[in-house]
Amino acid sequence: MTATMNSRTTSPALDSKVPEGDIATLWENHKFSMKLVNPSNKRKFTVIVVGTGLAGASAAATMAELGYKVKAFTFHDSPRRAHSIAAQGGINAAKNYPNDGDSVHRLFYDTVKGGDYRSREANVHRLAEVSVNIIDQCVAQGVPFARDYGGLLDNRSFGGAQVSRTFYARGQTGQQLLLGAYSALNRQIASGAVEMHNRKEMLDVVTKDGETAGIITRDLLTGEVESHSAHAVVLATGGYGNIYYLSTNAMMSNVTAAWRAHRRGAFFANPCYTQIHPTCIPASEDHQSKLTLMSESLRNDGRIWVPNEFDDARMAADIPEAERDYYLERKYPAFGNLVPRDVASRNAKTVVDEGRGVGPLKNGVFLDFKDAIARDGLETIKAKYGNLFDMYANITGENPYERPMRIYPATHYTMGGLWVDYHLMTTIPGTYAVGEANFSDHGANRLGASALMQGLADGYFVLPYTIGDYLAGKLGEGVVPTDDPVFKAAEAEVADQTNMWLSVNGTKSPEHYHRELGKIVWDRIGMARDKNGLEKAQSEIASLEDEFKKNVRVKGDATSMNTELEKVGRVADFFELAKLKARDALVREESCGGHFRVESQTEEGEALRDDENFKHVAAWEWNGADTEQTKHEEQLEFEHVALSQRSYK
Amino acid sequence: MSDENNINLTLEVWRQNGPTDKGHFETYEAKDISPDSSFLEMLDVVNERLIHDDKVPVTFESDCREGICGTCSLMINGQAHGPNKGQATCQLHMRTFADGDHITIEPFRASSFPVIKDLAVSRAAMDKIQQAGGFISVATGSAPDANMIPVPKPAADLAMDAAACIGCGACVAACPNSAAQLFTSAKVQQFNLLPQGQPERWERTENMVDTMEDFFGTCTNHGECHEACPKEISLDFIAFMNRDYVKAKIKNRNLSGQSV
Repeated sequence: MTATMNSRTTSPALDSKVPEGDIATLWENHKFSMKLVNPSNKRKFTVIVVGTGLAGASAAATMAELGYKVKAFTFHDSPRRAHSIAAQGGINAAKNYPNDGDSVHRLFYDTVKGGDYRSREANVHRLAEVSVNIIDQCVAQGVPFARDYGGLLDNRSFGGAQVSRTFYARGQTGQQLLLGAYSALNRQIASGAVEMHNRKEMLDVVTKDGETAGIITRDLLTGEVESHSAHAVVLATGGYGNIYYLSTNAMMSNVTAAWRAHRRGAFFANPCYTQIHPTCIPASEDHQSKLTLMSESLRNDGRIWVPNEFDDARMAADIPEAERDYYLERKYPAFGNLVPRDVASRNAKTVVDEGRGVGPLKNGVFLDFKDAIARDGLETIKAKYGNLFDMYANITGENPYERPMRIYPATHYTMGGLWVDYHLMTTIPGTYAVGEANFSDHGANRLGASALMQGLADGYFVLPYTIGDYLAGKLGEGVVPTDDPVFKAAEAEVADQTNMWLSVNGTKSPEHYHRELGKIVWDRIGMARDKNGLEKAQSEIASLEDEFKKNVRVKGDATSMNTELEKVGRVADFFELAKLKARDALVREESCGGHFRVESQTEEGEALRDDENFKHVAAWEWNGADTEQTKHEEQLEFEHVALSQRSYK
Repeated sequence: MSDENNINLTLEVWRQNGPTDKGHFETYEAKDISPDSSFLEMLDVVNERLIHDDKVPVTFESDCREGICGTCSLMINGQAHGPNKGQATCQLHMRTFADGDHITIEPFRASSFPVIKDLAVSRAAMDKIQQAGGFISVATGSAPDANMIPVPKPAADLAMDAAACIGCGACVAACPNSAAQLFTSAKVQQFNLLPQGQPERWERTENMVDTMEDFFGTCTNHGECHEACPKEISLDFIAFMNRDYVKAKIKNRNLSGQSV
């Protein structure tokens, strides 16, 4: 280790447990070296899985197949509603079916580089390795992936990739993969191996003697607060994108489960990393409740442009070619419209901020299919993107076959999350985080079609192995009974909190405060951040939080369905996370991937990393509500993918 | 922000404070609504105003708000998911309505979908049908290479047409018999159409159909389900399912040595 590159050291609190050895065989060898639980002993262990999206449903089903007793929880009415269902574009896998030079190493390389060198190499390599198994598994389950006329699987190229490695099921890949995982889960529910709890929200993780004992849930229909004990808890509860209020996340997506675990000792990593997706439909009015994403596969055939002139009010069709600026093709001739998401998003912001935005609110850029329709024919474009075009027409009232779509970036995915080691275990022994809820594989920026891959990799092929290593050491130990004082105390806290919110009796709804918080976070901790703005964000968030606690109005009661009461707790957690997010963004005095500090950019305006000082994961330790979190660093090593400045010229 | 294009509406909304409450309609004025807002955003505005007036807001369910999760429901002027074909309630926009319109909003109506509160109902019975056989039994790790199983493109496309079902229950709510044939047939045929689904085809069909009949009414070919379906699932799947069910009854008996 040289002093210059490693002037910082990894905190002793963060043991990544990455094994030594050749990265190509690391996972294979590690699977052999991990402890196993023999088949007849597996039934002695209870594992709780919270969340039933891709990661949760696949993990619950697979662990039940192995013989563990699984209790799965969702706050939805059915496991099939999780927001994984809304993913459109596809799932990557290093199958190399198109024979275009893809390989495990290339997917690994692209993911590390695309993540702007802020992910853990060993995790990413494992992800690329198991990607091929995911496709096999899903096809065997009956997932109706797109096929060519020979009956074999079709692939497309997806944002940022120079090979076609993306498998898809029309524009509904997330839906089909989730239904696949849900079908596997259903098989286990029917056989009694999974005890399914619908409409129960996890509100606390319970520990005893420093180890996981179980969770506290609240029944969303009756308000009943319950304890559930287990040998291990798996959080598969998604990302925190709704911190921005307007995002492509579902209305109920939230950080609460992960945040409550954070408050019980799980470090929260890289909260400043958020992915802003470049191809969403711009907001149209004040009461907008969410933004809708148009799959970025549209960028394969659509051309992005704005008028050369400022405040050009002409219809797109009336603007001649010479007066259009295809700014991505102009600035990045090699990648053109397929530059990574962060680059595409930031460039859209630049042209809109310049005053060249299009649409009634001048808050978008054009995504134009005129040339693609002329080249491939209307029917081909319809077959590829028909449902996306219909969705756009329905939302905007405009026909995208005749006039270009308008798009603008929106928050879509969060790369930060609970810190996990190579086994996907958080800093609470026995509590795991999988899928978007953890931080590990995408670094500072996620490549398109990689979220579905990671969720299913964690759930089908990683966690079911690694969890055995922890459980094997627990053989002969029972679970902590739910009448233990640790559970009773946590139940009382949850009940007190519920009653506290109902008794504030202020004047404004939880929704109001969420919307106001979202504005601050979007303006100050959005696509571009600077020191001044981040410091302002800290004080603005704190004073709004203060008002929220004194003035929120929660109607209804605690003993029947009450969506206001559900919401207020989630908003409270977003406030706490927002403070940490601002701080994390402030102390990361570099730009990387989705985190763009205005002070740190190249002459070309690209994100400029500072590898000497920031080649680390920032993992934050909770110190109580009145004390700031402590920052811990995990230094990252890049032995297989050489550090370089990303350039998509 | 008021806009000259904004519209004013009168809503008749079903309020029911819990499963055992009798329930009643209440009238609300929805003023100054943007035609660009979605139907659920209009309800958000109404709720914000109720909260402002210190009243309990209307409970309704939604999540993705882009027509894919199947959480939202509502009978709007007597139609499941409202007047537009091929749309879930969350995709319905207020430009569909005119200034001065009266809109009646009720929960999905079916005895198998008990009301939880106001406009929220339980659709738990649909999961029971899926658990009865809506899967291919393949444990994680046991799958052959994905391209070992070629699927003719027409079969893959048709399976995808069936698999597009979002499980919202509009078919049941729209049916005068509260039958769940369209939902069940989509879930059965998604697997029965594929080579991977053949080994369990007859068992799956019989189990899912029989479970469906434990909870839901009987199909008498009205076709209202298809009209209400936000994914426009074809009635053909019901025919395919009925064919498979008759065959299954014979084949499953044969398998157990009770040939007919």
